Amino acid sequence: MSIAEATDLKTEVVRLDHVSKQYGSGANALLALDKVSLTVRKGEFVCLLGASGCGKSTLLSLVAGLDRISGGTLDIGGRHVSLMFQEAALFPWLSVAGNVELPMRLRGVGKAERKRRAQELLEVVRLKDFGHKRPHELSGGMRQRVALARSLAQDADILLMDEPFGALDAMTRDILHDELERIWREQQLTVLFVTHNVREAVRLGDRVILLSSRPGRVIEDFPVTHDRPRRIDSPEVAGQAAEITDRLRAEVARHAH
Amino acid sequence: MPIKFPSARAGLDGVAQDTTPPPAEQPRTDLAAADRVTGLDALELGGRSDKGALGVRIWRSAWPKLLAVAIVLLAWQLVVWAEWKPVYVLPGPATVFEDLGGLITTADFWDGVRLTMIRALTGFALAVLIGTVVGAAVSRFAPLRAAIGSLITGLQTMPSIMWFPLAILLFQISESAIMFVVVIGAAPSVANGLISGIDYVPRTWLRVGQVLGMKGFAKYRHLILPASLPSFISGLKQGWAFSWRSLMAGELLVIVPGALSIGVRMQQARDLNESSLVISFIIVVLVIGILIDVLFNAADNALRKRWGLTGS
Repeated sequence: MSIAEATDLKTEVVRLDHVSKQYGSGANALLALDKVSLTVRKGEFVCLLGASGCGKSTLLSLVAGLDRISGGTLDIGGRHVSLMFQEAALFPWLSVAGNVELPMRLRGVGKAERKRRAQELLEVVRLKDFGHKRPHELSGGMRQRVALARSLAQDADILLMDEPFGALDAMTRDILHDELERIWREQQLTVLFVTHNVREAVRLGDRVILLSSRPGRVIEDFPVTHDRPRRIDSPEVAGQAAEITDRLRAEVARHAH
Repeated sequence: MPIKFPSARAGLDGVAQDTTPPPAEQPRTDLAAADRVTGLDALELGGRSDKGALGVRIWRSAWPKLLAVAIVLLAWQLVVWAEWKPVYVLPGPATVFEDLGGLITTADFWDGVRLTMIRALTGFALAVLIGTVVGAAVSRFAPLRAAIGSLITGLQTMPSIMWFPLAILLFQISESAIMFVVVIGAAPSVANGLISGIDYVPRTWLRVGQVLGMKGFAKYRHLILPASLPSFISGLKQGWAFSWRSLMAGELLVIVPGALSIGVRMQQARDLNESSLVISFIIVVLVIGILIDVLFNAADNALRKRWGLTGS
């Protein structure tokens, strides 16, 4: 790796500075995010962790540009983002390959190129023989992999994931963690991953950012340095997860008084 | 891997791979991971059953219908045997089917069917065109919706025969009078089908569209229109039923000179006191209606199957 590339890896691709988000106004106003500051560097895997209602999905919507911030500054330097949800939300009128091709179709990529690239991406998510199938013929885990391939087809600089494995059973989720880690490494992705599962966050992230609830604030930013590939049931992951859980509990207790 | 005997094999494959102990001390290779992925998928995809031979399936779906026909014929015959009405007013099934057999072997009859079907299809096509344009416009522009949205639903409840006096005043005794009523009967259903289809596009799909940057025409082309297809097809089906009813009413009321449609022939049979022929035409209209319904149901089922909306 050249020096230029090495410094490139340090580039901040997402920067939030005292970002607030408020819904409604006056007495009914709800402060979802309160002066949240965080950065994501190129190639980094950052997990946003918090209980439900901490505004983590709101934060992703803001970064994705689906919603507007109420205060502070949000800078993604005009980079392209793609966003993956808990539901695969594939379109039933398209085949699996058709779903993966759709983002390219919308960008005006030629048919042959589109087909080639879609097949390539289906191989990346290990579904190369399923392109002609319909989404409903696939299992939940497979559908989520197709959704990942569709997100990758956007050729975005930043991949935002909103509890993408939240609706899957533990075994399937475990496998998809391995898959996502491999794809992140191979494709050199930058990922901002939202979850309420502490072990999942430690399993996947380079950093785990803990958010408080109502309003969402950054409590702490935990670096995760264990060697990859990790296992969700390894002692190191479990140990750090316990530490973060304690921190979260203390925060909840503090709010209860 | 190819799944030959879906339910049984998939289960075995999955179990076989699960029982293989993971090589804990060696670094896991990509190949092993790939196997694990396929194994789990095979497990989850299992459980599809064959529905038996084609003949058996046809018989299974056909016998209740055949039974129903037999019951109706029997009841009819019983009424005739009871001599509730003289046989020249209410002939039995045997007489009617004999006359029907004679009727459908004449070229005249098929000319009538052709004329009626051309009217039906032209009217329906016009109704689809107008209904689609109006439906799209109403769902796109909020003021338009407020103005005529409820009017469309109101029109749907209007018995189409009520339009004929006005249609005859507007267009005299002509094809246009019939078309007017057919279109006004069917277009609201088509429009409503499209409007509700557009209204109920799932939120998650809309969010995906937003994430993929769909806007304006592309959003309609790639998301809204395909997503509203099932509802649109229901609208078409209902629209067809309305246009077919309106057309039959029209053919009995608006007798265009020289146009010997099914309705006109039926009127003539009544004028000549030929009950048997009148009943024959009733059966013809019923059969055409059923055949078209079968077509719509086939389209509907094909779509449901493609989209995975079936119960299984």
